[in-house]
Amino acid sequence: MLQGIAFYLLAAVAVVGGLMVVTAKNPVHSVLWLILTFFSSAGLFVLLGAEFLAMLLVVVYVGAVAVLFLFVVMMLDVDFVRLREGYARYLPLAAIVAGVLLAEMIMISLVVVNGGAASDAVAPATAVDMTNAEAIGRVLYTDYVYIFQAAGIVLLIAMIGAIVLTLRHKPNIKRQKAHDQVNRDRKTAVEVKGAATGEGVTAEDLI
Amino acid sequence: MEITLQHYLAVGAILFTIGVFGIFVNRKNVIIILMSIEMILLAVNINFVAFSAYLNDVSGQIMAMFVLTVAAAEAAVGLAILVTFFRNRGDIAVDDASVMKG
Repeated sequence: MLQGIAFYLLAAVAVVGGLMVVTAKNPVHSVLWLILTFFSSAGLFVLLGAEFLAMLLVVVYVGAVAVLFLFVVMMLDVDFVRLREGYARYLPLAAIVAGVLLAEMIMISLVVVNGGAASDAVAPATAVDMTNAEAIGRVLYTDYVYIFQAAGIVLLIAMIGAIVLTLRHKPNIKRQKAHDQVNRDRKTAVEVKGAATGEGVTAEDLI
Repeated sequence: MEITLQHYLAVGAILFTIGVFGIFVNRKNVIIILMSIEMILLAVNINFVAFSAYLNDVSGQIMAMFVLTVAAAEAAVGLAILVTFFRNRGDIAVDDASVMKG
């Protein structure tokens, strides 16, 4: 009973949040609705017994991706009214495509659950002898270790790509030139001046 | 009020559809399109986790984690491209992106 209430509440919030993401006039509001959607989805994950993934969703999406979106939306000075042109024009086509897609997917899910691959699916086991994080770790670092490494490479390349794309060298900024510094040698840097006894060296001699 | 696999699959389907809908109606605003893509990937994740829970197989959650990784990488690169595009053109209308040849 309580699980049902929690599910319907979280699902309703997630769907309403998702709808508001695509219909909100202000993109900043869109990002905030997206955060709400991700948060409720994390709640759904907890209901399914996937606590680790739920926390990952909160940390990665709400903590990183959504804040990144927020930064970009607020940083770019964009005329968002102009970008909403054609909203009403595309609405009927979008509604038709979305309706067909939804009907198809729900039909397929009903078929899968009632007679297909998941027909003998039972309710999620609640009490197991190890935690969700432990279960994931046991599989992730053994069977899926190569894909795990590939995911790391994907993240590394994405990081390098994002830096390369946004890096910009300003001409009037002084920066360290390691190559020039290392290539300095005694011949160009030091000069020996002869000084007569009792007279020393004056500033004019050093030029 | 028994919550079955269908319920979760329905939520995933609805979120996926909203994402596709969002791409259609906001086809000029790249930021909303990127958010819609994130939502579509979230819907896929919900499906993965739901099947993983109801089939008692943790592999689905692993796959959801990889989807999460790819989604984060995609968001970072997408927003970086967006920032570069805005710097070059002073606007983010996707229609103008067709001039980005060569």
